[in-house]
Amino acid sequence: MAKPLAQEFFKGLWDEVPPFRLVLGLCPVLAVTKSLYNGAGMGLATTFVLLCSNILVSSLRKVIPSKVRIACYIVIIATFVTIVEFMMKAFTYKLFMELGIFIPLIVVNCIVLGRAEAFASKNGVFRSLLDGLGIGIGFTLSLALLGSVRELLGTGALTFWKTATPIFPASYPKFSFMIEAPGAFVALGLLLCLMNLAGKK
Amino acid sequence: MRELIKMVIVLTVLSCFSGGLLAYINSATEDRIENMVLEFVKGPAVRKIFEGATNDPIKDRFQIKDGEIERTFFVGVIDGEPRGIAFETAGKGYGGDVGLMVGIDAKENKLLGVGVTTHAETPGMGARAQTDPGFAAQFRDISLADPIKVNQDGGTINAISGATITSRAVCSAATEANEIYNKFKDQIEDQLKNFNK
Repeated sequence: MAKPLAQEFFKGLWDEVPPFRLVLGLCPVLAVTKSLYNGAGMGLATTFVLLCSNILVSSLRKVIPSKVRIACYIVIIATFVTIVEFMMKAFTYKLFMELGIFIPLIVVNCIVLGRAEAFASKNGVFRSLLDGLGIGIGFTLSLALLGSVRELLGTGALTFWKTATPIFPASYPKFSFMIEAPGAFVALGLLLCLMNLAGKK
Repeated sequence: MRELIKMVIVLTVLSCFSGGLLAYINSATEDRIENMVLEFVKGPAVRKIFEGATNDPIKDRFQIKDGEIERTFFVGVIDGEPRGIAFETAGKGYGGDVGLMVGIDAKENKLLGVGVTTHAETPGMGARAQTDPGFAAQFRDISLADPIKVNQDGGTINAISGATITSRAVCSAATEANEIYNKFKDQIEDQLKNFNK
């Protein structure tokens, strides 16, 4: 475990980027990426939870008895998820209505629990912080990328902040299949394929 | 034994800490969340009912205590006078309570309109009570003296096809609104009189 610190952060951006490399946490990935804004919002919410739970789990790793560790992780994660939910309701209610049930479902996102169990419980606080931040940002970028691809092809516009900005000319025929559920699978599959091609040595 | 005690203590302390933190955040964001719900859940229904109103009905609201609960009433200025009043009631639908914003013209004692706020009805069936403008339009201008019922029950409202239970829920919520209005009529009229002062 003598990897350089920078690597703990950067591995989350490419080598272990959650939806594409680990192929984990696909439920929100497929469900909320109807637009760039939704995808990025979901990603940031997950990043916050991941970062906070990683820090807390790793700082409590010597206190938590191993037999009840999963219960403790769930309590920690659920607390931060509820905080995110309150904050979203209070400040970005529209986004909350769009994401709906998927915000409370971050509790059972296997990336968050996976990082707590596989990384934070075995590593120091600073390393876990970098790990959480890296994986979180990787997750956010993936969701934003998938959201942009689907929104751009589906509506010809991109939502950067609250309202959609047209990118393609108005004559663009809207391919609305992409913003429906099957389009999520197709887009994810194509992106996975591209990632694998690009990563091939 | 020692390990058992440690497990209990760790979990208890962690849960207490978590509960306390969440209670604090809940109380800190309560007011903001209430405003957001007013704006995004009740707002669209209220604005639709008071179409053409010259004030902001979301801002001009007052509360009346009804036993244990506080009811919120929204005021709409129509044709230059504060005569519209809107508040929320609920009826029993197919998938739980159907929240209904009911607008009443306090001068002519008739319905101004209704709008579904919250529901858990079947998408494409009962959920059309919220999205189908034709259904809501039937409630416009019904006199409060008439019973508000669907066709099948001997009333005048055409139920949404395939969603009679939801349509009944909307009618019963509107009827309940009528009862609440009559119960607090004096207080509401006082509030409307003092509105511009």
